[in-house]
Amino acid sequence: MTMSRRQFVGGVAGAGIASIAAPNPVHGQAGEPIRIGLLAAKTGPLASGGIDMDLALTMFLKERENTLGGRKVELIVADTAGVPTTARTKAQELVEKNNVHCIIGPLAAFEALAIADYLTEKQMPTLGVAAAEDMTQRHPSPWFVRLTSTSAQCAYPLAEYSAKELKYKKIVTIADDFAYGHEMCAGFQRAFEDNGGKVIQKIFTPLATPDYGSYVAQVKSADAIFLGTAGSNGFRFLRQFIEYGLKDRMAVIGGMTALDESVLRNMGDEALGVLTTSWYSAELDNPLNKNFASAFRKQFKYDPGYYAASTYVSGEVLEAALKAVNGNVDDKKALMTAIRSSDAQTVRGLVKFDEFGNVIGNVYIRKVAKIDGRLVNSVIKTYPDVTQFWTYDKTAFLQNPVYSRDYPPAKNLEP
Amino acid sequence: MQFWIIQGLNSLSLGGLLFLLSSGFSLIFGLMRLANLTHGAFFMLGTYFAAIAMRSYDGLNIWVTALGAGIAVAAIGGLFERLVLARLRTNPLGQVLVTLGMSFIISDACLMLWGGDSIPVPTPQNLQAPTRLYGFVFPTYRLVLVGCAITAAIVLYVLLERTRLGAMIRAGVDDAQMARAVGIPVSRLFTMVFCLGAGIAGAGGVLGGPILSAYPGLDADMLPLALIVVILGGIGSLLGAFIGSFIIGLIYTFGTALFPELAYIILFLPMIFVIAFRPQGLFGRVGA
Repeated sequence: MTMSRRQFVGGVAGAGIASIAAPNPVHGQAGEPIRIGLLAAKTGPLASGGIDMDLALTMFLKERENTLGGRKVELIVADTAGVPTTARTKAQELVEKNNVHCIIGPLAAFEALAIADYLTEKQMPTLGVAAAEDMTQRHPSPWFVRLTSTSAQCAYPLAEYSAKELKYKKIVTIADDFAYGHEMCAGFQRAFEDNGGKVIQKIFTPLATPDYGSYVAQVKSADAIFLGTAGSNGFRFLRQFIEYGLKDRMAVIGGMTALDESVLRNMGDEALGVLTTSWYSAELDNPLNKNFASAFRKQFKYDPGYYAASTYVSGEVLEAALKAVNGNVDDKKALMTAIRSSDAQTVRGLVKFDEFGNVIGNVYIRKVAKIDGRLVNSVIKTYPDVTQFWTYDKTAFLQNPVYSRDYPPAKNLEP
Repeated sequence: MQFWIIQGLNSLSLGGLLFLLSSGFSLIFGLMRLANLTHGAFFMLGTYFAAIAMRSYDGLNIWVTALGAGIAVAAIGGLFERLVLARLRTNPLGQVLVTLGMSFIISDACLMLWGGDSIPVPTPQNLQAPTRLYGFVFPTYRLVLVGCAITAAIVLYVLLERTRLGAMIRAGVDDAQMARAVGIPVSRLFTMVFCLGAGIAGAGGVLGGPILSAYPGLDADMLPLALIVVILGGIGSLLGAFIGSFIIGLIYTFGTALFPELAYIILFLPMIFVIAFRPQGLFGRVGA
């Protein structure tokens, strides 16, 4: 098909005029509810986290009587099943069928990556949960913010803490063999070694590892082992680690998902004393979180963790932004600007975003303790306003390759 | 030296676990020529039964639990065989698809009933302390697990080789048509063997629980291992499943210890070679 320039210009102008003259009937009517789409894996292996995301966001909206920024809100939850292609289909459904105004989620990096380009193309304000580094580093999107953490963001403070305060010299890392584990261990290694420590062994185990015995038995003697795991794997590894009598010989520390509240609630006293790092803990001592955590516990009989907090914080950030734009969600650009200039007090503390849309917020070092007969992550130190670049220079950071299994190279591995 | 001894013991314990998983699969495949893809789900059911029962009743004995779960899973397996598989005898592909569907149903049902968190199965109190021998530390329960597998192997051997039922099963494995012709009730035999196989998987799931924990996806993690063991050892052969389990236990353990990046290649490579050069497996009675 050929098209003369005049026809083309006329067509575009015509379309512009048409949209001014007759606003899209679905959007833009006052009294029409704001539609929020939640992408969460509610079935499949990631279901535990996905269900918590749904519960917490629903609770958040209920507390506000389903009204944000003076307008009614409708929540549409789509189950991604933890499968990237399903996530893609569901995202499309939310955008094109349900006409949502913004999207929260999804949980896993491979799901988030599968829909990132689509959501950018559709200019859909997205409040992300997944941790893949490059989504806010080398490939940021103007329509995306992340209010949890990059894979490594929470690992830096723990690395510094291990070297400076715990005086650890040698550490072994273990994580699942996929990007999240690679990135987290890489960040941990970088900060730990920059503070004088040595990572002497890095173990990556396949996502489906039936028996951790053979991995436990090869752990080298060190001051501590760092668990970069997520979900049930860290928990299963830790149990074997204890059964082999290793917990008496070296300390256990962990990343933001290793001993999440959702893992802790199924553990016994063997978890006591383990140090982990995260941007949240159900034990956080601020008024917002005290309300949230106790209400959540009262309703569901367990503590909220990473996943529940992620959507609750999303709700809080979104609410602040909607207030700023007076509930006008049809100007997506203004909404996104409001989200990005967030200054919201949330259950995790103050949430701000950097120019790439990644959160600048507190990171907490937590220790497993027993309170009222249940295991909790009690906060022992707060690192305020941690950015995804930690103490490193932003420009130099972005010129390096993204963290991986082999970058930065581990120079201190013991044979 | 310590490395070799500890990893050697690890291989044995994993081998024991694999035998509990795969012996039932091998039995069912041998007699019914049916790759029962529900097998991993049966195993997972056993683990979940143990996790839930032992969480609800403090101090419940794991051996009693294994027996109970074995019977329960055998009953579920029996119903499934009678009501569904029996109708599809002439449609082997349909049978395989049905078992696959059933495994999805079971895993989603587990998720609905017990949620997505992984739930631990406690190690028996008296086996929690690690065994210390000549300066080596090794989890006691893993050693006991090897004993369980050997006991199970002996019981199955006696059942198959020394009883009338066993003779009928062996006859069925070797030539089902001829067995039917001489008056062996092959259809009833199918149900019994399916129950037996499912029951062993259920009990094995309980016994493996303290090492594995119950979690969504356990079925999918275990099924390929059962396939590898059975293909390597030889389909329908108890000895094959036994030797195959320990070989895979050895390969997996030393493979992941020496070449951790190649864990899966090391695991599946022997299977490919066996299929290519010895399709009936090491001790197989019938071709794969």
